[in-house]
Amino acid sequence: MDGAAVAIRGLRHAFPGPPPVPALDGVELEAARGQFVSLVGPSGCGKSTLLRALAGLLLPDAGEALIEGRSALGRPGLAAYMPQRDLLLPWRRALANATLGATIAGVGRAEARRRALDLFERFGLAGFERSWPSQLSGGMRQRLALLRTFLMPRDVLLLDEPFGALDAITRREMHQWLQEVWRRDARTVLFVTHDVEEALVLSDAVCVLTPRPARVAARLAIDYPRPRAPALVTDPAFVADKARLLAALDQHGARSGDA
Amino acid sequence: MTAIPRRMAALAREYAPALALLVALVGLWEALVRALDARPYILPAPSAIWAAFLETRELLPAHLEATATEALAGLGAAAVGGVALAVLIASVPLVRRVLYPIVVASQTVPPLVLAPLLIVWVGIGIESKLIVVALVGFFPIVVSTVDGLASADRELVALVRGMGAGKLAVLRHVLIPSAVPAFFAGLKIAAAYAVIGAVIGEWVAAKEGLGIFIIRSQASFRLDQIFVAIAVIALLSIALFVTVHLLARLASPWNYVDHAADSKGEPRP
Repeated sequence: MDGAAVAIRGLRHAFPGPPPVPALDGVELEAARGQFVSLVGPSGCGKSTLLRALAGLLLPDAGEALIEGRSALGRPGLAAYMPQRDLLLPWRRALANATLGATIAGVGRAEARRRALDLFERFGLAGFERSWPSQLSGGMRQRLALLRTFLMPRDVLLLDEPFGALDAITRREMHQWLQEVWRRDARTVLFVTHDVEEALVLSDAVCVLTPRPARVAARLAIDYPRPRAPALVTDPAFVADKARLLAALDQHGARSGDA
Repeated sequence: MTAIPRRMAALAREYAPALALLVALVGLWEALVRALDARPYILPAPSAIWAAFLETRELLPAHLEATATEALAGLGAAAVGGVALAVLIASVPLVRRVLYPIVVASQTVPPLVLAPLLIVWVGIGIESKLIVVALVGFFPIVVSTVDGLASADRELVALVRGMGAGKLAVLRHVLIPSAVPAFFAGLKIAAAYAVIGAVIGEWVAAKEGLGIFIIRSQASFRLDQIFVAIAVIALLSIALFVTVHLLARLASPWNYVDHAADSKGEPRP
């Protein structure tokens, strides 16, 4: 289907043993252009492996993954990928860290700086352009890493638990703020998390993955109106969806445990 | 506002005890020489050494210049060559397999013993001494820099590769900046040996330099002048070492900033 921004078919991978550790077990997944799709699954289920394969950094044993219709396997740089750790370069100031991905992707230095300076305000980092990463707080580092990812001229963003290291309060702020930032340019997002509530607040669709080896066990469409306020999490419809997702997670966790 | 005087005061407090001990030892030396009435060609008193310094003031700058030039240029050559080879070793597996063992094995020959050969090959000018210094400094720089390049955060490498960067961009954005502290650690070791390498080279044969100044002073039993030369060599070494230290700070300012106190709050003002 050429409408899909991301299309994953029969992706299979095992890490070499002994014994070999299967990580992906025939993953099938699609994200339409401009869609925000979350992947939820227990820790260590292979979510990160899936994103790394999409980012072109890991060559799976079998299957295909297309980004904007082009095979992404073994070909880094088609999507903007944000790993779990913020991974800022300690030797670059905040602004130079922000422009790294964009300049590598071929955006001119002056143009990248101009765009980055615009985003610093939106990402709540205004005034810290000349700071070293070590001078920033955890939340700011995470926002800077996200800014760097957003600044890459790519239509698909792959975000691997971008808020995993943050405390609950900061994380809630981040959800509000990420929605706002994403709604402005509506790019396709694949968002990995193990936080069901986070997935529901942010996404158009949530995919539940089985424990390792990962497979898409269920896909739930989420259509609460946007913008979504923090109070959404106490809405009965939200609570019901959360219960369904948790049930799906439990069911597949248990089944795989039996096998 | 008062930051600089406060730092000076802190420095003074830090080094005052060492300085006091040094002054006391020199005083003891002076007193012993006078009490024992030691011959000046066996052990000159500090006051006699000072007098010799005043006497040779005109002569010394040319010798100092020759030795400093050899040390600095040799160190510079070692740094440039060392980094170039380290980058090659780290990025081309064949170079690593072929050259690295040879570089390590070559250290069984101390570069200093090559001085007589170099003098035959390139003459008694400063070039032969420069080469000795470069050979002495080359090894620590290569080894530290190779380690530094190899110890780069693999996730940072993956991140930059994921952005679509090629090998050269990874080298430029991740590997080389990661290796900066290790490179300077190697450069400090090389700097500590640079002046001594130049002086020993000059002992073998030279027209000018603190080494040949020592040889000539010894031939005329001017031990006071030898002590003057030793003091100048020590000061030159210290100056070189401090310079490298300052260069390291300039080249990696991110290692010298105040860090955010906690991970959640705003950074300190």
